[in-house]
Amino acid sequence: MNLEIRGPKVLFEIPLLGGIKISETIVHGWLVVLLIGFLCWFLTRNLVTKSPSKRQLVAEKIYFMLTGLVEGVMGKKWTGFTPYIGALFAYSMFGSLISLMGLRSVTGDLSTTGAMAILTSIMVITTNIKTNGVGGWLKGYTQPVALITPINIISEFANPVSMAFRHFGNIAAGIVITGMMYTALASASNLLLGWIPVEFIANIPILQAGLPAVLSIYFDLFTGFLQAYIISMLTMVNVSSAGE
Amino acid sequence: MDTNLVRAIVMAGSAIGAGLAMIAGIGPGVGQGYAAGKAAEAVGRQPEAKGDITSTMLFGCAVAESTGIYGLVIALLLLFVDPFGVGKFDF
Repeated sequence: MNLEIRGPKVLFEIPLLGGIKISETIVHGWLVVLLIGFLCWFLTRNLVTKSPSKRQLVAEKIYFMLTGLVEGVMGKKWTGFTPYIGALFAYSMFGSLISLMGLRSVTGDLSTTGAMAILTSIMVITTNIKTNGVGGWLKGYTQPVALITPINIISEFANPVSMAFRHFGNIAAGIVITGMMYTALASASNLLLGWIPVEFIANIPILQAGLPAVLSIYFDLFTGFLQAYIISMLTMVNVSSAGE
Repeated sequence: MDTNLVRAIVMAGSAIGAGLAMIAGIGPGVGQGYAAGKAAEAVGRQPEAKGDITSTMLFGCAVAESTGIYGLVIALLLLFVDPFGVGKFDF
């Protein structure tokens, strides 16, 4: 069996500061950024107020869905967060969906999701300090009783860890299960066709056609979209509850 | 002790540990099933709120899933990352 489950490959190394390793995650991440940038540029070209084109209608639909989501969850006060939430959602979603093109998911790497979670946690703390002041923020750790301060501090660290692991685990599980499925289907089709003496026909992995698409719909499309929704939702809920 | 023996013992332990870690899947399974059942009830009672109920349920399910995901991450670490430095499994 040649089942290979691995982390992101290191593609090349920049000989600077003792070697900066550039992995698949970084390269694919920039691909995703370019793709999103291109989409933004493409969708918002030549905007008009009367009789808009289909392209503009799509852009408006996306914009209103996003603002509606942010306003609905965080309230009118926090609409300033809309660009960040949109960027987070788009990066997470396209980062997962890039596996449909045969590239390794950007979000199937703990570094990516960890960075997202740490950003959220920084935003939570800064929002808390902005609304309550430094004293109020520190006092928040001793609520409701001073005895549970250690637990509050632990939960401050546990929150980003849980967010990062949730997203990473879902995508990584998809990668592992899809990889195992492909290997299993290859050996099953080898059993099915292996008796044929013609080498070319015997090596066709016939069962790999079609069946993995069902898995791909769940693990790539559904999970990718759902996890993007979850991570932006959790960011919104945490930030807006910190600012109360 | 013989290095091969050590390797075999650690690998067997890792495989058993990975299996045991996946017992964590029971909790989210029960929890998500319960949530889905309640959501079905809610849709039955109030079919016009189907969209809201579905998105709330998916959100709750994904949050409830995290304990299972922790188990999965531990299992993946044991199987594929070689935390004890004995070499990776060759499948």
